[in-house]
Amino acid sequence: MSTDTLVDFDEVLTRYEPVIGLETHVELGTASKMFCGCSTTFGAEPNTQTCPTCLGLPGSLPVANEMAIESTIRIGLALGCRIATWCRFARKNYFYPDIPKGFQTTQYDEPLCTAGHLDVEVDGETYRVEIERVHLEEDTGKNLHVGGATGRIHGADHSLIDYNRAGIPLVEIVTRPILGAGAKAPEVAKAYVTELREILLALGVSEVRMEQGNLRSDVNTSIAPIGSLEWGTRTETKNVNSLRSVERAVRFEMRRQAAVLDGGGTITQETRHFHEDSGTTSPGRSKEEATDYRYFPEPDLVPVAPDEEWVEKLRATLPELPAARRARLSDEWGITPTEMAWLVNAGAVELVSETVAAGASPADARKWWLGELARRANDAGTDLAELAITPAQVAQLIGLISAGTINDQLARQALDGVLAGEGDPAAVVQARGLAVMGESDELVAAVDAAIEGNPDVAEKVRGGKVQAIGALVGAVMKTTRGKADAATVKRMLEERLTAG
Amino acid sequence: MTTSDVTGMTVPELQAALQDGATAAGIAEAYLDRIAATDGTLGSYLHVDREAALERAAAVDASGNAGTGLAGIPVALKDVVVTAGVPTTSGSRILEGWKPPYDATVAARLKAADTVLLGKTNMDEFAMGSSTENSAYGVTRNPWDPERIPGGSSGGSSAAVAGGLAPWAIGTDTGGSIRQPAALTGLVGHKPTYGSVSRYGLIAFSSSLDQAGPMARTVLDAALLHEAIGGHDPLDSTSIDAPLPVLAECARRGADGDLSGLTIGVVRELGGEGHTDGYEQGVLDRFTEAVALLESLGAQVREVSCPAFDLALPAYYLIAPSEASSNLSRFDGVRYGLRVGDDGARDLDEVMALTREQGFGAEVKRRIILGTYALSSGYYEAYYGQAQKVRTLISRDFNAAFDAEGTGVDVLVSPTTPTVAFPLGSRVDDPVAMYAADLCTLPASLAGVPAISVPCGLSDGLPVGFQIMAPALADDRCYRVAAALEAAQDAARGSRFLDQLPSRVAEGAA
Amino acid sequence: MEFHPSMSTLSRKDVAHLARLSRLAVTDEELDLYAGQLSAVLDAVAQVQKAPVEDVPPTTHAVPMTNVFREDAVRPSLPPEVVLAGAPAAEDGRFRVPRILGEEA
Ligand SMILES: [Mg+2]
Ligand SMILES: [Zn+2]
Repeated sequence: MSTDTLVDFDEVLTRYEPVIGLETHVELGTASKMFCGCSTTFGAEPNTQTCPTCLGLPGSLPVANEMAIESTIRIGLALGCRIATWCRFARKNYFYPDIPKGFQTTQYDEPLCTAGHLDVEVDGETYRVEIERVHLEEDTGKNLHVGGATGRIHGADHSLIDYNRAGIPLVEIVTRPILGAGAKAPEVAKAYVTELREILLALGVSEVRMEQGNLRSDVNTSIAPIGSLEWGTRTETKNVNSLRSVERAVRFEMRRQAAVLDGGGTITQETRHFHEDSGTTSPGRSKEEATDYRYFPEPDLVPVAPDEEWVEKLRATLPELPAARRARLSDEWGITPTEMAWLVNAGAVELVSETVAAGASPADARKWWLGELARRANDAGTDLAELAITPAQVAQLIGLISAGTINDQLARQALDGVLAGEGDPAAVVQARGLAVMGESDELVAAVDAAIEGNPDVAEKVRGGKVQAIGALVGAVMKTTRGKADAATVKRMLEERLTAG
Repeated sequence: MTTSDVTGMTVPELQAALQDGATAAGIAEAYLDRIAATDGTLGSYLHVDREAALERAAAVDASGNAGTGLAGIPVALKDVVVTAGVPTTSGSRILEGWKPPYDATVAARLKAADTVLLGKTNMDEFAMGSSTENSAYGVTRNPWDPERIPGGSSGGSSAAVAGGLAPWAIGTDTGGSIRQPAALTGLVGHKPTYGSVSRYGLIAFSSSLDQAGPMARTVLDAALLHEAIGGHDPLDSTSIDAPLPVLAECARRGADGDLSGLTIGVVRELGGEGHTDGYEQGVLDRFTEAVALLESLGAQVREVSCPAFDLALPAYYLIAPSEASSNLSRFDGVRYGLRVGDDGARDLDEVMALTREQGFGAEVKRRIILGTYALSSGYYEAYYGQAQKVRTLISRDFNAAFDAEGTGVDVLVSPTTPTVAFPLGSRVDDPVAMYAADLCTLPASLAGVPAISVPCGLSDGLPVGFQIMAPALADDRCYRVAAALEAAQDAARGSRFLDQLPSRVAEGAA
Repeated sequence: MEFHPSMSTLSRKDVAHLARLSRLAVTDEELDLYAGQLSAVLDAVAQVQKAPVEDVPPTTHAVPMTNVFREDAVRPSLPPEVVLAGAPAAEDGRFRVPRILGEEA
């Protein structure tokens, strides 16, 4: 569907109420796969991390990875879930070449964790997202479609399969329908995935690298006329692989569905695919018959029965969760929740915290990460964390400023050097000769030259227009190529022009 | 020593011969010669690698270990046992030519014990059958009467051991596939407690029921083979982490013949009063005589009713096909085995469906369809769910029988099969009649308890099997009672049971 | 396609549906044969519905065990040439299959 047939987002909200839901798959960061000892390292040559079990060879059997079970329980605990006292794996039977056994080993009606919640904040308002379930399953292999355009399945001549990913432990986190978010629905969806990602990082259960597919969200969206007692038909948008796309996918689906309904049409319950490039969704191939997965309890695995002692032992391993940590840091740094929200959105909480730990003041650390460094990341089109500078280096830079060795402008030049790989800020300052000039002969000469070169301005200052001195400071800074300390320059000018 | 001397020996006799100077290579050669001469008629093997077997035997001879433990003793494996580098087909066209890259735990343990692999034996495709007529590679015949079936699905193993083409063999038993063919060919066959022998590397039929076990000429041989393959395996999640009971020693002590203090329960529902439909009189007579013999050895005998056993057959024929329909989904022509119709025009779904259509035989397809039905939404509760509840009832019947507070019997007994070996072809078009061959073996399978079949005489010149069932992990009781019965009958007969095999397929008769 | 066979009988159409679900390209003759045979089998197995099973829990595992796990330790994988040795078709170190007319992964 081309964008021009979409309903304007604000207009959608005048007539419709959205309901959203998210199913998020997270690849756990275990060393070995869910049911065999193959490595999970990303990026290996195809089919080099496979064995009889994860290839589904005849006769092979699964044995569950204890760490994966424990990680799932810890995720459940972090989300305030109830942990099952007894549950089983199930077989989900269907034919697809990326599942090596003809079924996926997953959990069906007995998930490990149920009934949790996650509070997310959007524009100062808190939304409680109810978690329906957290369960453990195995990832599929990867299909590479050959012969068609851009590796897509449609028009492909044949496909090639790599089972390295098959059997990597995958946790599925399913929300209950999120109601009442209205215009904020797209942002709530994004905030939920963002916060979930923070929690997973804090727990250390996954690297959560979205570009490597460690975290993948399926986004369910429906809209219904305002005041309607029934929910609309929902679509499930797959393939949403960045935080920004989660928001875009919800926004697009709301606008598309509104256009369909406005035109008198009905929404088809279907799977849709998100296209990162255009920000649009398109329908998956509709199935001739409803899939019947024929779930039944996996006879090759015995039930998992976490007793209280085990669960409490795992609960004791939970780190301070991101929300609590943010509250504590806001307090320590003396900032408002809104200011903290900026840091979160910029992905800078950790960076600022580490910079403070390395000796910088919270205010300076925030100023540099949210200011100059955020600008640089934006220009380079990367995340803050991807910049080639460490929090320790930022702290050193700030230290150099506080000591008066450099000023802000010189610091920016020092930054160029650090980012170019020239070493720590101190080394760059040294090598590039960036230190602030003292009250040297050179500076005295520059000040005198500025007065001589701008007699009108000098006259104004002498006549009492003190603010005009800025132009003279600027002139000195220019001749010294920013190496002078502006305050020193101003004092020297004042001594010459207003004394006596 | 002549070929027939060696191929008629029990395992302890072979061990003694090896210690006396016979070589593993000589013994292997005797068996290989006999296979070459007679298996054309019997059809018990799917794969024999003469060179590999002789090389292995020579290596054991060279190691100087031959005669210690099982070193140098030949063995045959049902083709359901995955064997590294050795063609493994599970009796199916869909796996023709597949050479596995790994060993089943059972195969690995026998290898580690320095046994000599003679070959892989024929079987009903994916172990689905009771006659070995469902193999994609031809039927196997019963050495007692080549016009009759050797039982199934481990019919290749039963025919090979009874016919003197292997001293013993591994079989697998899901609903009765060790015990029934053992009964029909005059062998001892034991289905171990579920979880006591690793399933790792057994091509799965019905995961919650499959178990590998020994098929042998004597109770002691069976116990020795069981000890070699049993015990905990971390590669099988359902493997019981407990020491295996001492079995061979129990078999030796059982042969002393004193059963005083033992209580035997005769299951009414398996051939008892009011439950004789489908049972041959000759089978019932031999069974009754055997019970009387056990009583004469000092055992107390009483009748026990296990009402849920009547529902074992319907429950089994829902559970096993359901699990099988899922287990066999991996045979899709993507990673290994047959692929049909990949002509550039057909899409993957079509190629998968053609591959499975042509790669699977009729019985396998019937069971896949039945299992798919029993698991499909809307029917799950009525079929699969209900069958699993019946399974609970059957376990409760066993518990009540064995419970000291209840009936308090030590073992339960029944005929192993309702009839002796039936003629080839007589039941192939009637699945329900074929399924009835497993009537007596199914309850123990569903409850996961151990059960052994031991010969108890002939009916119309064909072997009759006597089944002894025990509580979970009490496999030793099966061996003890079976050994007592075997010893008493051998003593009365003055010879071993298999010595009656009237006309072993004559050497060179192929 | 709707799938609502009456209990204990399977029509030709039902068998065709189940065969499609099981990826079996059965022939017309097989449909006739299986419909007949499976109805007879279903007749026999439907007896389970007569069992007195109120409040009886199902048995999915013959031996009641729980919590069998392995340590999260990497074990050697198979060499890639062994992995692909049995493949009906392979290309670039991957398993090759005909074009997929399914859902986009
Ligand atoms: Mg899932
Ligand atoms: Zn693996």
